[in-house]
Amino acid sequence: MSTVTGVSAADELPQPDGKKPRQGDRASTGRIGDRLFGGAATLSGVIVIVLVTLIGAFLVVQAVPALMNNSASFFTSRVWAPGGEQPAFGILEFLWTTVAASTVAMLLAVPVGVGVALFLTQYAPTWLRGPAATLVDLLAAVPSIVYGLWGLVTFFPVWKPVQNGIEDTLGWFPLLAPTGISGGTIFFIGIVLSIMVLPIVTALSREVFAQTPTAHKEGALALGATQWEMIRTSVLPFGRPGVISAAMLALGRALGETIAVTFLVSALADGSSWTWSLFNGGETFASKIANNAAEFSNPGKTGAYIAAGLVLFVLTFIVNSIARVVIERRKAFTE
Amino acid sequence: MAKRIDVSDLNVYYGSFKAVEGVSMTVEPRSVTAFIGPSGCGKSTFLRTLNRMHEVVPGGRVEGKVMLDDQDLYASSMDPVTVRRTVGMVFQRPNPFPTMSIYDNVAAGLRLNGVKNKKTLDGIVEQSLQGANLWTEVKDRLSKPGAGLSGGQQQRLCIARAIAVQPQVLLMDEPCSALDPISTLAIEDLVNELKNDFTIVIVTHNMQQAARVSDRTAFFNLKATGEPGRLVEIDDTTRIFNNPAEQATEDYISGRFG
Repeated sequence: MSTVTGVSAADELPQPDGKKPRQGDRASTGRIGDRLFGGAATLSGVIVIVLVTLIGAFLVVQAVPALMNNSASFFTSRVWAPGGEQPAFGILEFLWTTVAASTVAMLLAVPVGVGVALFLTQYAPTWLRGPAATLVDLLAAVPSIVYGLWGLVTFFPVWKPVQNGIEDTLGWFPLLAPTGISGGTIFFIGIVLSIMVLPIVTALSREVFAQTPTAHKEGALALGATQWEMIRTSVLPFGRPGVISAAMLALGRALGETIAVTFLVSALADGSSWTWSLFNGGETFASKIANNAAEFSNPGKTGAYIAAGLVLFVLTFIVNSIARVVIERRKAFTE
Repeated sequence: MAKRIDVSDLNVYYGSFKAVEGVSMTVEPRSVTAFIGPSGCGKSTFLRTLNRMHEVVPGGRVEGKVMLDDQDLYASSMDPVTVRRTVGMVFQRPNPFPTMSIYDNVAAGLRLNGVKNKKTLDGIVEQSLQGANLWTEVKDRLSKPGAGLSGGQQQRLCIARAIAVQPQVLLMDEPCSALDPISTLAIEDLVNELKNDFTIVIVTHNMQQAARVSDRTAFFNLKATGEPGRLVEIDDTTRIFNNPAEQATEDYISGRFG
């Protein structure tokens, strides 16, 4: 799935004579055009690496002094009082809210997105495929502030009774316990996020599903597979790495989404008791930082927020690494 | 386990384009019938109507009748999925499922049929791979990806996959056109063995191959580009190659065109 992951199967394939593939520099003829283009491409690659490294370094440099002065445990404390003589701050609440809301978003968006992509590529009549795909892509172009507004004004009043109903019937289950929060909950934010990331999942999945070689599909059909069985034996396995990449891109977006979430979250009161419920409020990393940007009055305080940003950075990095590992592990079977 | 195919007056269309016109023929059980003819004469198209694979292409449809013994393949009550489970197919390019191991490739059709028992699967997988003359080459690496085999092995894997579901008929659409001569020989030997159990129809561009493997040969041709393909004649292979009834056949096999 070279278009999605940046890894091309052709990079690893041996040449017809059985030798390793030619390396980039050996493919060069040494002519001016080759050298220019090679240089430009190398430069772009270096710039990306340098940029990421610099951002990481910036976060670390700014965060470390604040962390040294922190009197609370950074990872396990729910206190957030980065100002004053004795700064104390921990990210537990943000970490939980961010991860929980994003997980809800993924659980909703990935199956629906894959389903929409399968419909568009395998089931929809040909005349519908183009327009419907464009429509889904348009969803991706909606600015996130609009999702925030829509979520707050239109969707929340619809959702609230549903949430009350779930609390009444399934409230015994810790994740769905009632909390008394009247504003946007983790679950609610997860739903809005899932709608925001749905076009990412759909568009990328559609692309890979549409590339399933006819030979694979016919191979399954000729064995007497029904359409769904054909999809299961050829389209889904072929698209799997692409779907994983799509999900990870979407998860990255969900984890970092700021403005819509800032709009919708209900900040918790200081000292409120801990609950696993998805119907609780709480700030995400991004919304906490955005909501308090005006507070960046001294380096110590700013450092605390930057430390929180660093965790978000590392979190997305881990998510992407896991995705790469999952794709690599099945590589022998996808070429 | 092998059935007779009876085709009467079959027309094949893609949308409004008539690709094949007026084909009638009988394919005897436990025999090899070869389809030869120039490119674009409709032999592959016609082959695909024998297990309704032409319907996979949007707009593909037929007029006429195809009988498999006493079953009408195009009866309104007939499910194309059932047809394809009875009439297997091997394609021009080897197409093992790339995400599956050798074992899973052969077992794929059985699993679609709901066979879950490990012992049964093991047995049929071994038997099918042996039937495809591939067992000794792969028995130690059944869990390795099927796509890692050589082209010829992949094609035999596809044959094993096709015969694992015990079809009545095996259709082969130029199965050797992507293979080297040694692998081609292996497939031809295999076809010779398989005809003891199956009715085999093979499309080939290689007339020597048709002469080597088939009992009967059908020659397809088309009058001009844009015209539908027709069956010129079908007869015993020895007759077609030595003393064909039609001048066009004579011209084609003697290399005067095509």
